[in-house]
Amino acid sequence: MSNIDYEYHADECDCGKDCTFTKEGVATIRADGRDTGKGPLHYKTLNCAIRKAIASDIRTIIIEEVMGQRYIGATASGTDLRIVVHGTPGNSLGAFLNGPTIEVLGNAQDMTGNTMNSGKIIIHGNAWDVTGLSARGGTIMIKGSSGYRVGIHMKEFGKTRPSLVIGGTVKDYLGEYMAGGTILVLGLRSHVDSPVGHNIGAGMHGGRIYVRGKVTSRQLGPGAIISPVTEEDSAELTSLIEEFEGYFGEPVGRDYSNFVKIHPSSSRPFSGYYDKTNI
Amino acid sequence: MSEKTDRPKRMETRLPEKFMPTINYNTCVQCKRCVNECSFQAIDVRDNKVVPKGGCVACGRCIAVCPTSAIEIRPLPSQFPPHGNWTERMRRGIYAQANSGGVLLSSCGTDEPYDVIFEDILLDAAQVTNPSIDPLREPVETRTYLGGRPGRIEVCEGEHMKLCGGEGPIIEMDMPIMLGHVSLGSVSYNTQKALFMAAKELNIIAGSGEGGLHEDFYVYADHICSEVASGRFGVNASYLKNTAAVEIKVGQGAKPGLGGHLPGEKVTKLISETRMIPLGTDALSPYPHHDIYSIEDLQQLISVLKEATEYGRPVGVKIAAVHNVGAIASGIVRAGADFITIDGFKGGTGSAPRVIRDNAGLPIEVAIAVVDKRLTDEGLRNRVTIAAGGGIRCSADMIKAIALGADIAMVSTAAMIAMGCRVCQQCHRGLCPWGIATQREDLMARLDPEQAAARVVRLFRAWNEELREVIGGMGIDSVESLVGNRDRLRYMGPNPKIAEVMGLKTVGEGWG
Repeated sequence: MSNIDYEYHADECDCGKDCTFTKEGVATIRADGRDTGKGPLHYKTLNCAIRKAIASDIRTIIIEEVMGQRYIGATASGTDLRIVVHGTPGNSLGAFLNGPTIEVLGNAQDMTGNTMNSGKIIIHGNAWDVTGLSARGGTIMIKGSSGYRVGIHMKEFGKTRPSLVIGGTVKDYLGEYMAGGTILVLGLRSHVDSPVGHNIGAGMHGGRIYVRGKVTSRQLGPGAIISPVTEEDSAELTSLIEEFEGYFGEPVGRDYSNFVKIHPSSSRPFSGYYDKTNI
Repeated sequence: MSEKTDRPKRMETRLPEKFMPTINYNTCVQCKRCVNECSFQAIDVRDNKVVPKGGCVACGRCIAVCPTSAIEIRPLPSQFPPHGNWTERMRRGIYAQANSGGVLLSSCGTDEPYDVIFEDILLDAAQVTNPSIDPLREPVETRTYLGGRPGRIEVCEGEHMKLCGGEGPIIEMDMPIMLGHVSLGSVSYNTQKALFMAAKELNIIAGSGEGGLHEDFYVYADHICSEVASGRFGVNASYLKNTAAVEIKVGQGAKPGLGGHLPGEKVTKLISETRMIPLGTDALSPYPHHDIYSIEDLQQLISVLKEATEYGRPVGVKIAAVHNVGAIASGIVRAGADFITIDGFKGGTGSAPRVIRDNAGLPIEVAIAVVDKRLTDEGLRNRVTIAAGGGIRCSADMIKAIALGADIAMVSTAAMIAMGCRVCQQCHRGLCPWGIATQREDLMARLDPEQAAARVVRLFRAWNEELREVIGGMGIDSVESLVGNRDRLRYMGPNPKIAEVMGLKTVGEGWG
């Protein structure tokens, strides 16, 4: 079997030379292309430049003037790698991320941390729909709010357990089909009754969702139930909240009496659903 | 209270047996091998004598292991009063559901006797004016490529001629066959290993299924098409890189519109490690991908997978054949897919609700023709590879599928049958006595990967020879010239409208 060895399109990657500025092990990439006069970098160019920087052993990458470029840091590996994004990254930021820390000084769009494996994504603004889809490890911290379908099918395995912390509010379908991991919604700066939407945890069969504020059973999807926060839970809450405060400097408080926990009623939601009779 | 009166007052209806192992005691040597081998426990020992116990599924394991050929499996006559409308199957389903209240589950492809359109199609052959080609004497090429086709190529002049303006990666295979996606979980480790070994030996591609890829199988990476399904099981950077091609699974022919539910019993240590989920929980794939609600969203997942593999792997999309398949395929090509896999409604499965397995989808024959025509009309056909499966049983089906417009025939059930599968449709119970669709160590050990792989290799080598004979007989010297060559097919089935939809002439119509 041989993959025919095509070369890259010349325009895909040549910007690695003239838009990346390296000094003392820190690479700075300007994503708006103002330096080169060519206009904003195509996402392929930007990601290629990032890959080149990683390949040349640079461990801190600063991307300036990001203008919606998608898939930043997809599959990037290595726990010592740090990517700082100024501006607004596009969809699927940090998809399949495998160890690095991505910090966004702005808002993120949809599918942040899509199928993330490990690492950290820190968003100093809001992150919109489908955040943390299918994440199986690592941490996503959002100072602001997030949108619909957040944390769907997050899962844990062995020691890897994903956590997703949202400072503000989220909308419907939070934690649907969740198979592991922790979601924490803090409801800061919010004046609504409940910081979460409807159909929470539908089909949930693992993991846990903590909400600071009111949640009624009418907001839950099938398979999810509400219970009070236990002693064991508060240890995890404290560590996540400390981390959150550390990144964003916003005090949360440690009164867990106004927190609720949403968890699955069973790890086998479909065990009685099917009839296996050999008709 | 006595035990008798304590019984719950349920009108549970026990379904009558369908099959019965019948033992010839003249030749039976009472070795009890059948008792030990029957994972459905349908044979028992009573008074030191081997006797049938009930629950036989006609898997044939007992027959295969009996040293004196003393066992015969007989279908039992219907125990229901005959009725043309309320068939036995209907009544059995009702009794079962009235007992349990559950969704009826089954596996393998549908066993309903639907028409097979392949059988209504006849192939052409060359006579006199366009002489046939003897594959023993002249080359008949079956090399096939999987991947996106460049719209335009540039050749750089220099010391060596070299392509320098291609569109992307493409995979070369020795024959137009792809082993379909069979996940670790639905089948055993040994079965998947055998499939990958066979793919390597044949120089073709085998699908990993949606259950991740065990690290032991990374050595077969050049012959594996990995799958990214809605559950994203085992999908990480190394999974995407240790593979020859990546496929987004949107749908499966046996259960279009549904996600997979691997029951917790099958999530053993090995499966939990490969899928990266906790031991013993249900492995649920959500029905849709929650990051794909439109063609534009699909385009983004295709793009991110291309980014993730650094543009080094073809990225495809697998869909179930459904009524609007032409338009969907068009959208998929426009979204940037390098290949499309279409799975017909007769496609196999390790577990699917009966209602959807038996009632939803489109025959693969029609789906291939419709997609090929639609993409050709829109000027997109030359950009993609089409792999099609879900009902391809023999080389004739494969040849007809290619002439209808597929580049590659996707086959899995035939490969399972080559390994010993009897199509008893019990995969979802995890008790496969042939060691194929099971996670039980003792059963799994019954399948020897080397031998199973060798059987699959021989089967497909034979198919490929048959392919060369048939296309040589048509006067065609390369399988690529057969793709979409509907003029070499004629329809002789009952429904001329089907012929029209598929763009086929009926028997008796000549050229032009």
